[in-house]
Amino acid sequence: MTTTAVPETTIPTAVPATVVLDEAVPARAAWSAVVRRGQFLTVTDLHGNQAVDCLLYDAHDTAVRYSAADTLQASGSVFVSTGTVLMSNEHTPLMTVVADDCGRHDTIAGACSKESNTLRYGHHTWSQHACVENFLAEGARHGLGKRDLVSNLNWYMNVPVEADGTLGIVDGLSAPGLRVVLRAEADVLVLVSNCPQVNNPCNGFDPTPVRMTVTERTGATEPAATTEDGPR
Amino acid sequence: MTETTHAEAGTATTTAARAHARSQAGTVVDCMPQLPPPAGTLWSETVAAGGYTHLVLPAGAHVALTDRDGDACAHLLLFVTDRPWERLNPADTVKVQWNAYLRLGSQLLSDQGRVLATLVADTSGRHDALAGASTAARNRARYGDGAAHGPSPAGRELLLLAAAKQGLAPRDLPAPVSFFRGVTVAADGSLLPTGSAGSGAEVVLRLEQRTTLLLANTAHPLDPRPAWHCTPLRVTVTPGAVTAPGDPHWDTTPERHRAHLNTAALGAR
Repeated sequence: MTTTAVPETTIPTAVPATVVLDEAVPARAAWSAVVRRGQFLTVTDLHGNQAVDCLLYDAHDTAVRYSAADTLQASGSVFVSTGTVLMSNEHTPLMTVVADDCGRHDTIAGACSKESNTLRYGHHTWSQHACVENFLAEGARHGLGKRDLVSNLNWYMNVPVEADGTLGIVDGLSAPGLRVVLRAEADVLVLVSNCPQVNNPCNGFDPTPVRMTVTERTGATEPAATTEDGPR
Repeated sequence: MTETTHAEAGTATTTAARAHARSQAGTVVDCMPQLPPPAGTLWSETVAAGGYTHLVLPAGAHVALTDRDGDACAHLLLFVTDRPWERLNPADTVKVQWNAYLRLGSQLLSDQGRVLATLVADTSGRHDALAGASTAARNRARYGDGAAHGPSPAGRELLLLAAAKQGLAPRDLPAPVSFFRGVTVAADGSLLPTGSAGSGAEVVLRLEQRTTLLLANTAHPLDPRPAWHCTPLRVTVTPGAVTAPGDPHWDTTPERHRAHLNTAALGAR
């Protein structure tokens, strides 16, 4: 891990911030935490070009979870960036992207798995580590099982869609130190697989660590404003 | 008994109530199953606008969906029967096939690297694997009501009912894919609804495993029209065979070929 490129953690507004949690996630590893309503989660791509697969659950009712489809319905775009409200399967806001150094992120290509890897690359990949295994192992710590895995977010992963519908994971747009900042609109359980994929360019074929930082406004007792999507 | 007799008898007694109930038999309406199914079919049904159905079907069955009047939208979920933790994965479906759009030859892929269904006929070409179904909250905001039995039912509410009847719970439902209402993706990522191909469009899905099929027929979540629109959907199931070596769909791409290999292997069916 290079130390010079690590930026200080900030939230996007010029208010004093308190760091609640600041953890490095090793290459290929899983991570989870509850981010309380009004807190901010910063995902830092420490070395650049690292895909960070992410699922969100209502911390009080995990049957309410991230929905890529509802997020697309609300935003009208397959690209996730500043302003995108990350929606639940009940079409309620879970988190909002409030700052983004990278420009865009993916939410249509899902997570790698042992099984899908056999289709994408060949059966020689069967014994390799994949994101679904990370999600299952880390999710189990919170009582989540296979039924609870749905299409996810892929921070820093670049998935363009061409005019004829052709899509694919291509070289990343990220660079060392880039950050995406999310504001929690509810108490959210965040589940992350720091993608171990080595068969496509989502990690530049070389998984690297990322940093997860939870902050809140110093002295804040009131949560952030609700979104215009209405009450939860 | 004649109609007049029923009216005179009313429903004040058990025998009269029974006679009244039994007198309804044979009533034919627009949206209902045909029983017994017509010769050569396993199932034949017209799903109401805002209705749903749930079927358990054998491997090899061919499911024909017809947009009879031009405003149907079939939100579809597939599970392997008796193994419902293997289910449709929309992300794998588009990622593995390197394409965001469902077309003739497309596979609907499970989360276990296997094929649930192959799209073996398509006269519509307007489908969607990205935007999912509407929710009660969204339809409430757009139309004033999203309840399953209201005037503008949400796809998720209908699929939850269909799922419950198969012993499946909200946690079991990923986003569905949708037929007869498409979206395209612009270069900047924005989603553009394509509308309908018109009345009579048909798709045929060949089921590659024993399948629990959940289907909701309701407005697409990105339908740009201010009012809720939907019309009945025809569902006809005929027996058939799964895709096998030599079939034109067996190895159209390396990825689909491997998906068929995985599906044909031990225990999948």
